[in-house]
Amino acid sequence: MNNYVEAAAIILFGIGFTMLLFQRNLVKKLMGMNIMDTGTFLFLASMGYISGRKAPILKEGIASVEAYINPVPAGLVLTGIVVSVSVTALTLSLTVRLYKRYHTLDIDDIYAISKHETEDR
Amino acid sequence: MGFIWNFPLFTIVCSLFSGALCSILSPRAAKRYTILFEGVLILLAACVLGYTLGSGASFTYVMGEFPAPWGNEIRAGVLEALFALVFLVIMLCSVFAGERFLQKDLDESKINLYYSLVNLMTAALMALVWTNDIFTGYVFLEILTLSSCGVLIVREIGRTTLAAMRYMILNLLGSGLYLLGVVLLYDTTGHLLMVPMRTAIADIAADPANLPVLSISVGILTIGLAIKSGLFPFHFWMPDTYGKASPISAALLSSLVSKAYIFLLLKIYYRVIGPEVLEKLPIGNILLVLGMLGIIFGSVSAMLSDDINRMVAFSSAAQIGYIYMGIGIGGLAGYTAALFHMLAHAVTKSQLFLSTPRLAEVSGGNLGFRYLQGSGLRNRDAGKAFSVAALSMIGIPIFAGFASKVLFGISAVMADNTMETVCVLLVLAVSSLLNVLYFIRTMVRIYIAPTKEQVKEGKYDYRVKEGHSPSFFIPMLVLSSINVFMGLFSWIIVDLIRTGLGMFA
Repeated sequence: MNNYVEAAAIILFGIGFTMLLFQRNLVKKLMGMNIMDTGTFLFLASMGYISGRKAPILKEGIASVEAYINPVPAGLVLTGIVVSVSVTALTLSLTVRLYKRYHTLDIDDIYAISKHETEDR
Repeated sequence: MGFIWNFPLFTIVCSLFSGALCSILSPRAAKRYTILFEGVLILLAACVLGYTLGSGASFTYVMGEFPAPWGNEIRAGVLEALFALVFLVIMLCSVFAGERFLQKDLDESKINLYYSLVNLMTAALMALVWTNDIFTGYVFLEILTLSSCGVLIVREIGRTTLAAMRYMILNLLGSGLYLLGVVLLYDTTGHLLMVPMRTAIADIAADPANLPVLSISVGILTIGLAIKSGLFPFHFWMPDTYGKASPISAALLSSLVSKAYIFLLLKIYYRVIGPEVLEKLPIGNILLVLGMLGIIFGSVSAMLSDDINRMVAFSSAAQIGYIYMGIGIGGLAGYTAALFHMLAHAVTKSQLFLSTPRLAEVSGGNLGFRYLQGSGLRNRDAGKAFSVAALSMIGIPIFAGFASKVLFGISAVMADNTMETVCVLLVLAVSSLLNVLYFIRTMVRIYIAPTKEQVKEGKYDYRVKEGHSPSFFIPMLVLSSINVFMGLFSWIIVDLIRTGLGMFA
């Protein structure tokens, strides 16, 4: 049994998920989201890695599949990182907008304030 | 391999390109371009539908000509083409009918950016409909989330930003879970393309000891997509999100975006897991129960709400419940009912969300029920459009809603579990009753002229009238005719869905 990396990845996912769900502070929520995504990426990367093999770059004429690790998960991780960055950027910009309007980052406070506000521009 | 094989890819790639193009066009040009472009896409989707019906088989477009276990694929069958066609028609109608409100909600110079988001959304919707690769599904899922959040925050009144934030957080939870589900499935099968995955899963599921692993991965994936599409108990964001958004955004989000997630889920169930394996997992029953709870809670909340948009938004939660109930019943009958209801609800809900702001407009801009007294008389077109859609929601014969309720009833009767049949029929009856209560109440409200006291009390002019406007009338006529067509000739659509599901396997 040597699933330490996978176990760590799932624990990270859990931490991130609960932070995203239960943290009241918007910035901490976003951190949680990034931890959650990182957990998934770690899981993918660990699954693609085969111990004792090298990165899949053809070198010294060794063409055997046995010499290299699986490159697909790495590609998936890269795509995932790009997606995660763009989502984070959009959510941060929303956070800035909310902070400018309500002067707080606490989502419960924002909700409480917004209940008393009239609908105007 | 004919030229038509390229069309599904064109709908995705050209929409992405148009998104970029619209950001540099002038607002007027962007609007004209988008309308023209959606028209062309409708033609492309119709060609694909005709071609697949004619050839009687689906086709797979292999990108870059890398053969099956590698590479990325797009697959087109009757079902995909039908959904793409209906989605695009609804999109065009919504853009036409809601365009006037855009000018109110948005700075004149930024309207082209809104169209760029609409095009991006089209690309994501098309990709989710056509894709044959679950990781591509993830990427476009996120693009859909980003663009739908974008169209939400264009209107900056009161709580829209907060509503968008909540929408975004829930969607992030959903996409995180979907990604984890995809990764787990990739690790167990070693594939990302749907066809090889299915072979691998059939092998894995042959040993009952492996079923818990499959249950967990598929369960995580399902929860992710259920959160994103708003299944009970994840429906609480709907009223704020749909109710306060700009009309085009509300129509697109409620009728298309949530359906695209469910379509992807169905595609994964049918093409990756396979109906036979899915029956061994406990997921169907959970979806059935949650769907039924969603129907009841959505309808009750709709009845208790005091403004028309909140009511329509809560009724969306109930309709999503119907769709998941159909998936939960399972079998050919259940899936057909769910898919039919997805189309019926998409057509109906966009019409409701596009007509309510016009009713509010002639009532001093108020969405509250007591202000809407007689608004259907002041804006007759909007009143008619609302009534047609409301009657279809209730399930009056000749409208699409009736046909889908009949299909749900049939699928419930065909279920082999008596308890299930009784529960589903009971829920159908109760929810129809609740629908009648709140929609008929609204229709009575908008068609009875205000009394003299009400006119005196009202702070706004009850005499404001809205004339006939073709940019609203024509799209509503198109949507209403699709609605009536689906109600009167439901067997045509059911046949199409059955053929499509046959090609799915």
